[in-house]
Amino acid sequence: MKPRGSSEIGPGLRWEGSPDAPVLVPSGPWTVAWLGELEGLCARLKQPATAVDLSALGEVDASGTVLLLGTLAKGAATPGLDARADVDRLARAIAQATAEEPAPPAIASGFGVRRVLARIGEAALHLGEEALGLVSYLGQVLAALGRGLVQPTRLRWHAIFHQMEEAGLDAVPIVATLSFAIGMVLAYLSASLLEQVGASVLTVELVSIAMMREFGVVLTAVVLAGRSDSAFAAQIGAMRMQREIDAMVVMGVDPIEALVVPRLLALLVMVPLLTFIATLAGIMGGMVVAWVNFDLSPVLFLSRMQETVALQQLLAGFAKAPVFALVILLVGTRQGMLVGGTVQSLGTRTTSAVVQALFLVIIIDALFAVLYLELGI
Amino acid sequence: MSAAPAIRVRDVHVAFGEHKVLRGLDLDVRAGEIIGIIGPSGEGKSVLLRAILGLTPCKAEVIEILGCNRLDLRGKELRNLKRQIGVMFQDGALFSNLTVRENICAPLREHAPGSNALHRRLADVKLQLAGLPVTAGDKLPSDLSGGMRKRVALARALALDPAVLFLDEPTAGLDPISAARFDTLVRTLTDALGLTVFLVTHDLDTLHAVCDRIAVLKGGVVADLGTLAEVQARAQGWIAEYFGGPRARAAGHGAED
Repeated sequence: MKPRGSSEIGPGLRWEGSPDAPVLVPSGPWTVAWLGELEGLCARLKQPATAVDLSALGEVDASGTVLLLGTLAKGAATPGLDARADVDRLARAIAQATAEEPAPPAIASGFGVRRVLARIGEAALHLGEEALGLVSYLGQVLAALGRGLVQPTRLRWHAIFHQMEEAGLDAVPIVATLSFAIGMVLAYLSASLLEQVGASVLTVELVSIAMMREFGVVLTAVVLAGRSDSAFAAQIGAMRMQREIDAMVVMGVDPIEALVVPRLLALLVMVPLLTFIATLAGIMGGMVVAWVNFDLSPVLFLSRMQETVALQQLLAGFAKAPVFALVILLVGTRQGMLVGGTVQSLGTRTTSAVVQALFLVIIIDALFAVLYLELGI
Repeated sequence: MSAAPAIRVRDVHVAFGEHKVLRGLDLDVRAGEIIGIIGPSGEGKSVLLRAILGLTPCKAEVIEILGCNRLDLRGKELRNLKRQIGVMFQDGALFSNLTVRENICAPLREHAPGSNALHRRLADVKLQLAGLPVTAGDKLPSDLSGGMRKRVALARALALDPAVLFLDEPTAGLDPISAARFDTLVRTLTDALGLTVFLVTHDLDTLHAVCDRIAVLKGGVVADLGTLAEVQARAQGWIAEYFGGPRARAAGHGAED
């Protein structure tokens, strides 16, 4: 038996008989393999057929039959259609299945000014909903955290340490490398500018204060927002798609307590530690550049840093670490919990987890800058 | 019945590590018949289906579908063969980010060039042949019930008017009424479209209602092959237990009424 649709000669369609009583003659294979050709043939017909001659017809399948039926006049039975048993059988099955329903009305496609305005409005409402949702989620997480802290036996220590390794320890190389590079760039930029006014030694203050107050903690937060938030959203989202979260709920396990609190505690410990590593690596980067390119020895660099840079600068940076940890956790896990049943929603939720976290980290850092200015720190 | 079998497999071996699932299995499926594959869980019914389709690596002498040995085919010929085969997976395996209609159009787009309007029209006919209203076409698979998802999966499997249809546990997870309706649907469509059906099932009602012949998988080979009555008549051991249990008697009783 040859596979159907493998014949070389294509399908055909022509009129025969007198002009008063034309007979439609389909020929060759009318199968799905020739769909494009068949569509062209049927489109060229000017009028519906009232009689057919199937004697020249080759192989036929359901798709071919649908097209053939489409060329016939509606209403009365067409003479000649029952000449072939297989065509008759297919035609009957299709007619029976499609009998009841009228064609659905075409859906109006939404374009134009109104649609644009509606979308802007929807987006604005959505923004408000997201903000409200995030705040109410914060409440849920803090309540679960409170329950855990009151009864430490409820905490899942295994999960906490696992997350500390995954989100914290495994991020050390990338955080350290990036900070080192940023420290180098800062030193280059400041030293070459300050050299012009003969104050290149101020590079020490510039690099160390910038790393302590801003770059150490912000870089850590940005790396974790990309690295851990995508992981949180995808892990929890996949669990939702497999209905594992539903299984937890019916077992009486609070998913926030089981999934979110361990991640929160892990981040609260690891973000300050990573910030410390990032700050050290950044200062080291600046020190290397100052030594190699601007003849500022590490001994001089460190002693000047001890003299002129207050501990307060380091603490001002560290104060932000727990806040960023909380933001990263809230955004990532919440987006995971919002994943619906489709693969597409997993993708969009993971994306918005990373985007929202980056956005919030930068905005909150700016708010801290204003706050510190007002407080005179 | 035509002489040439629609599916012919010889000496199929599948092993997962040390565990040998299929040990030199031979099977012929006649063109135009519905063959039911039964056997205890873990005896390789689905593995056989996946091996024939090429989804599970296997060692075999011949895996012939519609006269073409799948093991020898490459590139375009293999693509041509795949167009002749429709598969309905156990849980439907519908693309969750596409609507029902787009799911059915997907194989058409891939293998049968034509206008979007024509693809939609053909998809709607297939949807209706599978017993669903056209309005279901705009829904996402996640919005459908289990029974409807199975029907969509069947419609998608039929999209390219295949000559051979593989069904993996088509009635699993359906209530008895939906399952019976699905059985009737498979039987009617098989007769109307002239299909050959390879059906893996646990459902005794399905065996009674739709299958022309039954192959019993046991110990990695086909332990018995024949009509339901023949297989039942010489049933021993596991097969006797399978057909002799209370659930089987109920199904047999229902069929005789």
